[in-house]
Amino acid sequence: MEDIKFDKDDLKEIEKIKAKYPDTKSAVMPVLWYAQDKFGDTNVEVQKLVATALDLPPSHVYGVVTFYTQYYDQPKGKYVLDVCTCLSCQLCGGYDMLNYAEEKLGIKAGETTEDGLFSIQSVECLGACGYAPMMQVTNDKNVNHLTKEKMDKVIEALKSGKDIELEHITIPQHQNVSK
Amino acid sequence: MSKDWKSYKPLLLPDIQNLSSIGVYEKNDGYKALKDVLKNKKKWTPENVTNEVKNAGLRGRGGAGFSTGMKWSFMPKPDGGPRYLAANGDESEPGTFKDRQIFEDNPHLFIEGAIIAAYAMSIDVVYVYIRGEYRPYLRMLQKAVDDAYDKGYIGKNILGSGIDVEMQLHMGAGAYICGEESSLMESLEGKRGYPRVKPPFPAQKGLWGRPTTINNIETLANVPLIMKNGADWYKKIGAEGHAGPVLYGISGHVNRPGVYEYPSGMLITDLIDEVAGGIRGGKKLKAVIPGGSSTPPLTAEAVQGTAMDADSLREVGTMMGTAGLVVMDEDTDIVDVVTRISHFYHHESCGQCTPCRDGTGWLENTLQKINRGDGEMRDLDLLLNICNQMEGRTICALADAAAWPVRFSIDRFRADFEAKCKKTVYALS
Ligand SMILES: Cc1cc2nc3c(=O)[nH]c(=O)nc-3n(C[C@H](O)[C@H](O)[C@H](O)COP(=O)(O)O)c2cc1C
Ligand code: SF4
Ligand code: FES
Repeated sequence: MEDIKFDKDDLKEIEKIKAKYPDTKSAVMPVLWYAQDKFGDTNVEVQKLVATALDLPPSHVYGVVTFYTQYYDQPKGKYVLDVCTCLSCQLCGGYDMLNYAEEKLGIKAGETTEDGLFSIQSVECLGACGYAPMMQVTNDKNVNHLTKEKMDKVIEALKSGKDIELEHITIPQHQNVSK
Repeated sequence: MSKDWKSYKPLLLPDIQNLSSIGVYEKNDGYKALKDVLKNKKKWTPENVTNEVKNAGLRGRGGAGFSTGMKWSFMPKPDGGPRYLAANGDESEPGTFKDRQIFEDNPHLFIEGAIIAAYAMSIDVVYVYIRGEYRPYLRMLQKAVDDAYDKGYIGKNILGSGIDVEMQLHMGAGAYICGEESSLMESLEGKRGYPRVKPPFPAQKGLWGRPTTINNIETLANVPLIMKNGADWYKKIGAEGHAGPVLYGISGHVNRPGVYEYPSGMLITDLIDEVAGGIRGGKKLKAVIPGGSSTPPLTAEAVQGTAMDADSLREVGTMMGTAGLVVMDEDTDIVDVVTRISHFYHHESCGQCTPCRDGTGWLENTLQKINRGDGEMRDLDLLLNICNQMEGRTICALADAAAWPVRFSIDRFRADFEAKCKKTVYALS
């Protein structure tokens, strides 16, 4: 594992983040994101590092990390599949998609595969209800209108180290008008 | 409302290729409203802009539907210290996915509206709070903001007017409660998102103790339309008392789910049957949640003839909320759906207030018991009793948002709940 340290460039970035707010404390969320991007998670060691960089008590940083679900206070898989099972996704088969992913990877929601490649989570509404069922990959791109075939494809692509494409949404009204 | 919605041309999300790029936006009259305001500061004093927005009848699109111009007028007179606008892009209410489309298709309309709002309230910095799950869309907005800075629409001495406004984007990290305005401010200040006790209200004591206004993304995107065309023009769009275009997010069991822009006051049946292409598989309608998961669900009968505006929805016992309609067909298990909604609110309660922290847990657990067939009739009374203990007794409205779907589902779909409960057997008689 890489050393949990901020280098010179990191510290420069952190200064830039701090300049966006009237006080240092307010920079804690973006700096935690920055740290999670670099180290993969925000475990206690990372939290201490962030606390030192911002001159905050580690307990405060711990409090913030544990309040927000997207900060990983434990190591996760390289790819985290956040399958939405909330309202609209539930109605459109979100749980079937979750079960399929679990079966395929041989783990349950909340677990990580032995090779450390994948974690699965059952998550709350991701703000893409019209494209249900859907999932988000590692806090970033959405996979909309999920099917088993689409799940297979995404998992294969990630396994071979390919990034997935951002799916642009054109509102159906425009498709009607342009027709 | 008559059928002339069919010829309606979208204003917030017009059908223009690459509108998200600043050049295309400018070519289509983009930033014209801002220019006009800043060039005619004598005519468009901050007070006059605020009054124009008030007269237009724009109501907040974030859930509560409060008059936007009125809210702006609550800001105290400038005292030389900093003042803030927090643009709310947390968008986490299940069934809601419309602000996302603005980031993707028309980010400059939002930016223009936010800068006009900043001028009207003498704001120094606009903080845009965007939920962490929208990271790709935050990148899109960041690009638009950078371009707007380059062209002088944001920053120091905007368009030579002597007005300075900065804009910063702040990414959340997964917490529904941070959409609540005071929780949002706590989160921006780098803390756990615990809602604040009100008063003091944000206009008195908001971000970093300074006067602050919180507006939804879609709300701010309406502002350039008003300033470009006038309050009288705007007022005529859609329903009386709830003017303007609305981004309807339609999800669930329909053939063509998605975001649609039409005037306020659309009939729910038109939205389902014509706009969204009807119910999947030709099934019948069972229920509709009209404005995000916290708004009380309507039965198929109640939906008939009901329009999407505050007054019409109040009449049938629900609310406009975020105009995120969730459509459920006849095969839907309402108990299962309400149980899942309760899980959401239990998961998202921040835990500060006992009625909410414990109440949301009791609701979920009791519903789960009924849902798996272990419930009894008296559990329905227990649920209603818990709702009584929650509503209006907490720091923020999350407790109410959690109680309403339960209360009104039992009220309106009682037979579905009873069918899942064990019949009580008495030893005697
Ligand atoms: C629990 C809770 C969650 C909320 N979530 C959001 C949200 O995600 N987005 C939003 O704009 N408003 C949300 N609101 C409403 C805000 O508190 C606030 O009223 C709104 O952002 C004001 O903007 P508007 O007047 O333009 O609607 C929420 C309110 C509550 C009580
Ligand atoms: S009502 Fe619930 S979410 Fe709101 S402050 Fe109280 S405990 Fe937190
Ligand atoms: S319910 Fe799944 S994205 Fe909203």
